[in-house]
Amino acid sequence: MKVVVCVKQVPDTKGGVKFNPDGTLDRAAMLTIMNPDDKAGLEAALRLKDQYGAEVTVVTMGLPKAEEVLREAMAMGADKGILVTDRVLGGADTWATSQTLAGAIRNLDYDLIITGRQAIDGDTAQVGPQISEHLGIPVISYAQKIQIEGDSVVVERQYDDRYHVLKAKMPCLITALAELNEPRYMTPGGIFDAYKAEITTWGRADLKDVEDSNLGLKGSPTQIARASDKVRKGKGEKVTLDPSESVEYIMNKLKEKHVI
Amino acid sequence: MDFTLSKEHEMARTLFREFAEKEVKPLAIEVDETEEFPKATVEKMAKAGFMGIPIPKEYGGQGCDVLTYAMCVEELAKVCGTTAVIVSAHTSLCCDPILTYGTEEQKQKYLPDLASGKKIGAFGLTEPGAGTDAQGQQTKAVLEGDEWVLNGSKIFITNGKEADVYVIFAITGMIEKRGRMTKEISAFIVEKGTPGFSFGTKEKKMGIRGSSTYELIFTDCRIPKDNMLGQQGKGFGIAMHTLDGGRIGIAAQALGIGEGALDRTIAYVQERKQFGRAIGAFQNTQFQLADMATKAQAAQFMVYKAACTKDQYTKDHKTSYNVEAAMAKLYAAEMAMEVTTKAVQLHGGYGYTREYEVERMMRDAKITEIYEGTSEVQRMVISANLLK
Amino acid sequence: MNLEEYKGVFVFAQQVDNKVSGIALELIGEGKRLAEKLATEVTAVLVGSDVKGLADELAAYGADKVIVVDDPELKEYRTEPYAHALASVINQYKPEILLVGATAIGRDLGPRVSARVHTGLTADCTSLEIGDFPINPIPGKEQKHNQLLMTRPAFGGNTIATIACPDFRPQMATVRPGVMQKLEKKEGAKAVVEEFNPGFTPDNKYVEIVEVVKNLTDTVDIMDAKILVSGGRGVGSPENFKILDDLAEAIGGTVSCSRAVVDAGWKNKDLQVGQTGKTVRPNVYFAIGISGAIQHLAGMEESDIIIAVNKDETAPIFDVADYGIVGDLNKIVPMLTEQIKAAVANK
Repeated sequence: MKVVVCVKQVPDTKGGVKFNPDGTLDRAAMLTIMNPDDKAGLEAALRLKDQYGAEVTVVTMGLPKAEEVLREAMAMGADKGILVTDRVLGGADTWATSQTLAGAIRNLDYDLIITGRQAIDGDTAQVGPQISEHLGIPVISYAQKIQIEGDSVVVERQYDDRYHVLKAKMPCLITALAELNEPRYMTPGGIFDAYKAEITTWGRADLKDVEDSNLGLKGSPTQIARASDKVRKGKGEKVTLDPSESVEYIMNKLKEKHVI
Repeated sequence: MDFTLSKEHEMARTLFREFAEKEVKPLAIEVDETEEFPKATVEKMAKAGFMGIPIPKEYGGQGCDVLTYAMCVEELAKVCGTTAVIVSAHTSLCCDPILTYGTEEQKQKYLPDLASGKKIGAFGLTEPGAGTDAQGQQTKAVLEGDEWVLNGSKIFITNGKEADVYVIFAITGMIEKRGRMTKEISAFIVEKGTPGFSFGTKEKKMGIRGSSTYELIFTDCRIPKDNMLGQQGKGFGIAMHTLDGGRIGIAAQALGIGEGALDRTIAYVQERKQFGRAIGAFQNTQFQLADMATKAQAAQFMVYKAACTKDQYTKDHKTSYNVEAAMAKLYAAEMAMEVTTKAVQLHGGYGYTREYEVERMMRDAKITEIYEGTSEVQRMVISANLLK
Repeated sequence: MNLEEYKGVFVFAQQVDNKVSGIALELIGEGKRLAEKLATEVTAVLVGSDVKGLADELAAYGADKVIVVDDPELKEYRTEPYAHALASVINQYKPEILLVGATAIGRDLGPRVSARVHTGLTADCTSLEIGDFPINPIPGKEQKHNQLLMTRPAFGGNTIATIACPDFRPQMATVRPGVMQKLEKKEGAKAVVEEFNPGFTPDNKYVEIVEVVKNLTDTVDIMDAKILVSGGRGVGSPENFKILDDLAEAIGGTVSCSRAVVDAGWKNKDLQVGQTGKTVRPNVYFAIGISGAIQHLAGMEESDIIIAVNKDETAPIFDVADYGIVGDLNKIVPMLTEQIKAAVANK
């Protein structure tokens, strides 16, 4: 059984967010990590490896530095790592990113593709389903449990108030939630082995069945009109009123902010 | 001389640090309060390969170098002295001598389970009447047919009741050496559950309270002849060589304890306000922190150097590392004691409370000046090398 | 793609078990506002099986037109038939804007549809506007007007970005529930209802629903809650937490607490907000009787709106609260609960 896992290297926005004196983000000081939803997807793939002897290939699209997440994935037990990097791929929105990854994956043999639901920097949750569209295979998002039954996957798919148990024939794509599992740690020996292993590097030329017009900044339907760092919250208002006035004050604020 | 760590080592450090923060730190206070051996943590460490870091892959280990192992102990010690010593004693004092002196059969029999963490290792040298004077030991082993019969007791044994495999030292005879009759000491591998091998008192300790420190009692304990480790009569040398390596592990433990206390203190002095400002704004505080950080950094270099020197020995079987190891342990232990004491002081009244953890770090630090060779012993080793 | 052909604001009217989801109504409200700016109409797209009857509700909340895609294949949500339905509607009707709820359904359906029709999708928008792109004219570059400008947080909420989709249609956006406002219901309002069925033939992309399991309890993890009513030692006793329970129920929130409360044994640790508890980022955080020790602030200072009630005016919580009320929580909280209940009932 062959599983392809897409992972992304992201700034650690949940942990070490640092601010400049002017209140803007200090991006240079931020550590990079493997995106948590992707790590859960990788763990799900590694469990399929443990259980069914699946071969796990990890693919990432990014700057050359992104090879670090491939090494991390291999130190956890992934068999192969593929880095897709090329200047012309930069500035991609989710359409162009999904086109790129689909173009890379078309070179591979796969029964199952697992991606994380969303990345903690982009927060869009779009790339996974879009890859499946480009490849013409079914997608099951928000997977909270994955099992194999012969040539099909059986997945618990989470909704807001329920879950579906879905069955789909492979090949298909699954997007994983961080809550799906508790990812294993790398092993020290695994780390050294990962750095000894070869990582395959692909550029634009290696992408299959993708047009230039769908890649990079130029190939992105969405464009940034404006971006600014949210300035850190400071002091607000403080009032000292009698109880009924206080309540009225709060009610007004709640209405103003559409809370009620 | 390249002082930068390789990418692999940096990634390994990230692994150890993440594990320590997530799995070990939250339990540290409880382990200290309840004095309970953190079994669940050991199982998790086993799964992540931490119980066999420098053991070759062919014996089920991770196949990494001593530096990687030292970094593991260091990162664990930053958050919990107990957890760090469990790994250190198991790896350096049990896995290492079996790896170094064992027959192929012994290595195949014991190392895979030890390296995978399925079994825990321990080392029994110290006796009620034999601490620094290790040769003062009295435990005897007498050959009867195909078995060695052990009689005696060992105290202050780390991983005591939790271990499964023990490297035990005993007197196997008297030999003439330079015109005098001296004890012939040999090493043995003893498995838990062997009839005649029981446990005595659990020590109530000042620090590393979750560490299982027990008295081992041997009463006509019969072990197979094949369980002698190394050659008969070579036991003392085996013990000393093993302790040289163990010193690197303890030095790493002391290093981590000191660094952990320093990190907490740096954070605390920036939060704590007195006289209208953070106490970190006062020069007295700043100068103390500077001294603490400088000593911690110096200790780190010494620990890493000792580890790398041992790695060199592993390659060429020539380079000696016992002096480096002794210096590293001596310095790191004294640094840890000094830094943790200052840490408590800089925390003021809060530092004396258990909630702020620096007092535990101070209690944990003390033992590093004592076990696996007291600081006095380290000084003996270092000066002997200078004056040879 | 001839952009000129694309007209109208469409809204995916999410329904579950043949009940219109609140987000659908909120998006119709927002869609109407945008449509007015563009001198066009807002159309609700209703997809399901036996759902025609819901069209009236959509009309009552502002839809000018309702397109109904009704087919047995659409009974329970599945990505493929729904993607086919929505993509077909887009190709047939060519809307310039399509809004989808950022729910577990919408965040799966949206990307699949946008990829199918090759357009841009902006997720989790917190505000939508009609404007120019580029916002400020750039010499040599065409400035397009009447573009949908979609604003959203990124980088874990630390960056605010405004996105446009100038060269592709429809401009698609997903919006989280609770962000937009639905309009006042106009009973009896009618919309033009049109049925459209592109035909559904199961192919390899269809998955089989083996089982539907509904959540039994509504226990909310405090990290998922949008509104938290958090109590500190100032609440006084475990019994007195009832006034917070009442407030939480009235406003649709969840109760959480500070470490002091957990240490006192009044509440379980999984309700603890703070450095040694959980870090939360709700839309609204009520800090009731919480002093605001730095370890607590670390766990909640990224909340969108912080409302603090404390009788000590020097309490550090007031340094981060958007709205700080110095007063007696025992008097204020119950009164607030009553007022909120009344306001909610009047809707």
